[in-house]
Amino acid sequence: MDETILKVRDLDMHFAVGTSLFGKPKSTMTAVDGVSFDVRRGETFGVVGESGSGKTTLGRCIMRILQPARGSIEFRGKDEDPVDLTGNNSERLSQVWRDIRMIFQDPQSSLNPRLPVIEIVGQCLRKSEKLGGQALADRVAMLLKQVGMRPEVLHRYPGAFSGGQRQRIGIARALATNPQLVVADEAVSALDVSIQAQTLNLMQDLQEQFDLTYIFIAHDLAVVEHICDTVAVMYLGQFVERASKTTLFKNPQHPYTRALLSAVPVPDPRARQGKRRRLAPRESSTEKTACRFAPRCPHATDICKTQAPPRKRIGDTDVLCHFAGEI
Amino acid sequence: MRTEAVPGALLEISGLKTHFFTEDGVVKAVDGVDLTVYQNRTICILGESGCGKSIMARSILRIVDAPGRITDGRILYRAADGREIDLATARQGSAQLRQIRGQDIAMIFQEPMTSLGPIQKIGKQIVETILLHRKVSKAEAKEEAIEMLDRVGIPDPRQRFEAYPFELSGGMRQRAMIAMALSCQPRLLIADEPTTALDVTTQAQILDLIAELKEEFAMAVMLITHDLGVVAEVAEDVAVMYMGRVVEEGDVYAIFENPQHPYTRALMASVPRIGVTKSGRLPAIKGMVPHPLARPSGCPFRTRCDSAMPGVCDTSVPDLVPAGDSRTACFLFSDATGNG
Repeated sequence: MDETILKVRDLDMHFAVGTSLFGKPKSTMTAVDGVSFDVRRGETFGVVGESGSGKTTLGRCIMRILQPARGSIEFRGKDEDPVDLTGNNSERLSQVWRDIRMIFQDPQSSLNPRLPVIEIVGQCLRKSEKLGGQALADRVAMLLKQVGMRPEVLHRYPGAFSGGQRQRIGIARALATNPQLVVADEAVSALDVSIQAQTLNLMQDLQEQFDLTYIFIAHDLAVVEHICDTVAVMYLGQFVERASKTTLFKNPQHPYTRALLSAVPVPDPRARQGKRRRLAPRESSTEKTACRFAPRCPHATDICKTQAPPRKRIGDTDVLCHFAGEI
Repeated sequence: MRTEAVPGALLEISGLKTHFFTEDGVVKAVDGVDLTVYQNRTICILGESGCGKSIMARSILRIVDAPGRITDGRILYRAADGREIDLATARQGSAQLRQIRGQDIAMIFQEPMTSLGPIQKIGKQIVETILLHRKVSKAEAKEEAIEMLDRVGIPDPRQRFEAYPFELSGGMRQRAMIAMALSCQPRLLIADEPTTALDVTTQAQILDLIAELKEEFAMAVMLITHDLGVVAEVAEDVAVMYMGRVVEEGDVYAIFENPQHPYTRALMASVPRIGVTKSGRLPAIKGMVPHPLARPSGCPFRTRCDSAMPGVCDTSVPDLVPAGDSRTACFLFSDATGNG
C-alpha cells in the first residue's frame, strides 16, 4: 500500500499584488512556499490551515487551475508512466485530468445553474468517452445512484436542489471519469452538521468502492481527524507540520498546530477550560520573519526571526521549527 | 403557554409565529417558539440552516424583512424600570421600540462587512450610535467610542477610530461590531453566528471577548449558532430549534450529557470529535430538512426520526414537556392528547 500516487516537490506559487500602469506588479505575495510531500495511493491526505494559509492555492496548483511558479508535481497513475502536472505535454495531460478530479467547496457556484444534471455530470463523458443519448443517460443515472440520488432528477437544474444534494451532484461529476485521485477543497464546510455527516460517509464509501485517493483540504480539524490518514498543517504557504493523523492529534509538535488544536471548541461543556492562552491576532503588517509563525509564537526567540527554521523529523512527524522536540 | 412572570426573566417569548407570505405560499419560518432569556445568562440557540433561529432573533428586534411578519405570540421584554413591553405588538417606529432597539437590546451579525456601513469610518458609526441613545456631547461620545474600541481589543484605538471597515481584518471588524453594539451598554446582546466567518484561532478570541464583556457589563447574551463546539464553550442555557420550533431546551449540561429529543441526540452523535470519534461511519441523520413549503403534519422532525410513531407523531404537534433534565417537545415523553 506504500505506492506513491502524487509527488510534490518544492512547490512555489506567487501572486502579483497591485500593478503599476504598465501591468508590472508592485510586489508579490507568496501563497505556496516550498511545499513538498508524497501522497500514497488509497490514503486520504488532509491539508488544514486557516484562511490565507495557501491550502486552496495548493489544491489549485495540483489541478493546474493555477500554474505554479516553481517546483514539480508528479502524478503516477496505475500502470502508467509518471507525468509532471506542471509540464507542457498537453496530450498526455488531457488524459490525466480523467484520473484527477476535483470537488469544490461551494455547491452553489460550482454547478452551472443553466445546465441540467445530466449535462453537469455527463459533459466530460461526452468528450472523453464519446457517450451520448441513452448511453449517457444510463451512465449518469448510475453515477447519481452511487451518490445516493434518484435517477429521476436527470433533467432538473441545480436550483431545484438543496446544498447537500448539490454537493452530491458535484461528487458524481468528479466520479464520472473513474478518477484515481480526487482533490476535495472544503467539500463539506458549507453543509449543515447532519448533511455533513452524510457526505463524509458517502465519500468514505466511494473511496472503498473505487479505490480512491483523496487530498482533503479543510479548516475543520475534527472533520480532518475523522476522515484523513495523513495530515499536513499549513501556515502562510508552508507545511509547518506533517504526520500521520494519530500522531498529529495526539502529539502535535509545532506551536502553531498546538495553538490551532487548543482553539477548536470542543463539543463538551465539561471540557471548557475557562480562559485559555490565545494566539495573538495575526498582524496585517507584512513584517517578514524567517520563521513565518515567529510573530505569534509564544516560544519565539531571536533565532526564529533571523534564521529559517530547519525541517526536523521526530518519530513520523515532519516539523518546521527551530525548537521542535524541545518545547 | 406560560402567563405568570418568571423571576429573573429578561425576555419571555411565547407562541411566537413569524411567517413569510411569499408568492408560492406561506413559509412558517418561526412557528410557535416558547423561550425565556434570563438576566446575566448566556443562552445559545442551536439549529441548522433554515430552522428559523435567525428569524426568531430578528423578530425580537422587529427587523424581519417583508414579506415576513409576526402573526402570533408575545415577546415580553422586562425593562430595567420594571415595565413590561410586548415587542411583538409594539408599533414599528415607535419611540419605545427605537429606544429598546440598540439601547437595551443590541445585535451583532455573522458578516460584519454587511452590517457596518462601508463608506463611513468605524469611529463615526460608533459615535452615531452613542449620540442616538445617550445625552452626551460629540467629544464625549468620541472618547467613549475610542475607549470601547480599546476595550474590545483593537490595537491603536485612536488611530483605528479613523479606519474604514474594509481596512480591518475579519476578526477586527467583528470586534468593531461588538464595540458598536456594546457602546450603549445593552441588557441583552443578540449575536447571530458571530464567529462563523472567522478562523478558529480568531473565533476563540471573539468568544472569549464576548464572555468577558458579558461579565463586565452584566448583560444577557443570546448566541445563535450551528456549531456544537461553540455552544459547549459558551452556553449556560441551550435551546435546540428545528423547523421553526424549539424542540428541546435546558441547561448546557443537560443538553450535552442527557439529550432527550431524537433530533438533539442525533445531532450530538453526528459531529466528529477530536480524539474521541473512531474512524468509520458517522451516525448521520437520515434524509434532509423538508422544504419549508412542504412542512410535514404533526411533529416536523417525524420524517427523519428513527422513533417516529405512526398515528401519533403525524397527527399533532408536541409541546415542550419536562423530560430528563430538560424540556422536550416529543411524543415519546408526552401523549398526543396534550396531557403531558
